[in-house]
Amino acid sequence: MRKEENILIKKMYKSLTRVIKSGWVNFYRNKWLSLTSVLIMVLTLLSINSLLFVNLVSNKILSELQNKIDISVYFKSDSSETDIFKVRDDLIALSEVKNVEYISKDQALENFKERHKDNPVLTESLDELGDNPLTASLNIKANTADNFETKAFESIAAFLEQDSYKLLVEKVNYNQNKEAINKLSLISQVAKRAGLILTIVLAVIASLVAFNTIRLTMYSWRDEITVMRLVGATNWYIRGPFLVEGILYGVFAALVAVIVLTILLLLFSSKISAIMPIDLSAYFKAHFLSILSIQFLIGVILGGFSSFFAIRRYLKV
Amino acid sequence: MIRFKDVSKIYNHRSIALEDINLRIKSKEFVCLAGPSGAGKTTLLRLLIAEECPTKGEVWLGKLNINKLRSKHMPYLRRRIGMIFQDFKLLSNKNAYENIAFAMEVWGVDDKEIKKDVFQVLELVGLQDKADHFPYQLSGGEKQRIAIARALIHRPEIIIADEPTGNLDSVNTWEIINLLNKINELGTTVVLATHDRDVINNLKKRVIVIEKGKVVSDEEGGKYIN
Repeated sequence: MRKEENILIKKMYKSLTRVIKSGWVNFYRNKWLSLTSVLIMVLTLLSINSLLFVNLVSNKILSELQNKIDISVYFKSDSSETDIFKVRDDLIALSEVKNVEYISKDQALENFKERHKDNPVLTESLDELGDNPLTASLNIKANTADNFETKAFESIAAFLEQDSYKLLVEKVNYNQNKEAINKLSLISQVAKRAGLILTIVLAVIASLVAFNTIRLTMYSWRDEITVMRLVGATNWYIRGPFLVEGILYGVFAALVAVIVLTILLLLFSSKISAIMPIDLSAYFKAHFLSILSIQFLIGVILGGFSSFFAIRRYLKV
Repeated sequence: MIRFKDVSKIYNHRSIALEDINLRIKSKEFVCLAGPSGAGKTTLLRLLIAEECPTKGEVWLGKLNINKLRSKHMPYLRRRIGMIFQDFKLLSNKNAYENIAFAMEVWGVDDKEIKKDVFQVLELVGLQDKADHFPYQLSGGEKQRIAIARALIHRPEIIIADEPTGNLDSVNTWEIINLLNKINELGTTVVLATHDRDVINNLKKRVIVIEKGKVVSDEEGGKYIN
């Protein structure tokens, strides 16, 4: 029994090495056909990559924008710092609050002067006043997580408008900014959804192009497949080398795609950083392994599946 | 050994390719299947290798009912039969050696054994010096000899030849026919389908004539006059 098992395993191993070898031989004997398939797959991978990068950049820009949105609460000029710090601590305890920045009266004045230093009328009238007319305030950033929603802002604003703070709080600026915040929230939601749909649609199109290229390659082998069947090869013995060939397309395409990506980033990353708040080459370096393995995964799955399904119809002799 | 029992094959419910064929072919026999093109010779052979199923009737190979064979077991049937075609059907991206070796590799035979057998059979067809040539580097006659070598390599019980000389000149034709004769003498059943009158009349073997899907004559040492 054990001896028979050994023989069977040996036979399977022999078949496997033969299948892999013959797939490799097919790949390099049909250089031009292989080259075309690989190039089409490189294009597929690159278009999927560029979509991912566009998504990355747009998400980054959106989150930058979101970070710029805050609620300011202005305190009455007679409120003491101790009271204001108490409000700040209460706010920090809220789950909706990401962070709180305290701006004192003096700080507010300095910021005001800095902002309007080109406007002599304003600074002069400020000097004439003598006293600091500005109030202390808290800048609150909301914890909106990934799905940028206005709920967090609303509950923070409601919290600040409670009765116990009535004596301290001059005004909460959320109500004035409500429109703008809502609009931005809507835009970012739509942009995210549209980006996702676009990515999926384009990725499907690119995959179909690659699939059809491999199908045409297999179509050119249909007579050979019939011959192999008539000579008595089992379906897996016929399919194997073609699967290996498809996977090889994927592997080579992934390699080329990563090389092209590296070159493009070396050339353009600094230019992109100049106009957008993102360092693509740093991101690429940090995620190199996962990017590389995604390329291989997509390439191998696309190549393997394409040849598997492309060849299926010719195996029914 | 081979038995056709009331076999009919009808395409698209209308066109009758074969009608009520009853045939017995004994082991080690050499049979010529004669008849004009379109008479149903190729259909008959395709039924034998289960490339097609009969509409009616049964095809037996020894104790095996070919039509009841599941597609999973088809490769094992095809390894019992060697097939030769008019258009050779060699694998274009494999060289002569690999084409022949392929038929053995599918069995999982050792490389050493394959090498020995392939060179033996190449010697039999007289092409041992063309082992590394690809099909496009070979002449028609050479291609057919490689195809015969491939059909022979796993020592099949039957060789089926469908118009093997259809694309060859008369010198090559006789080389191929003599080769088939030699194979038959070594103990393999040969079924040769052809419409070449000279070949049939000079062979002086059993001749089955098919016309319009029916067997019109079947005689030992027969002639094909048409």
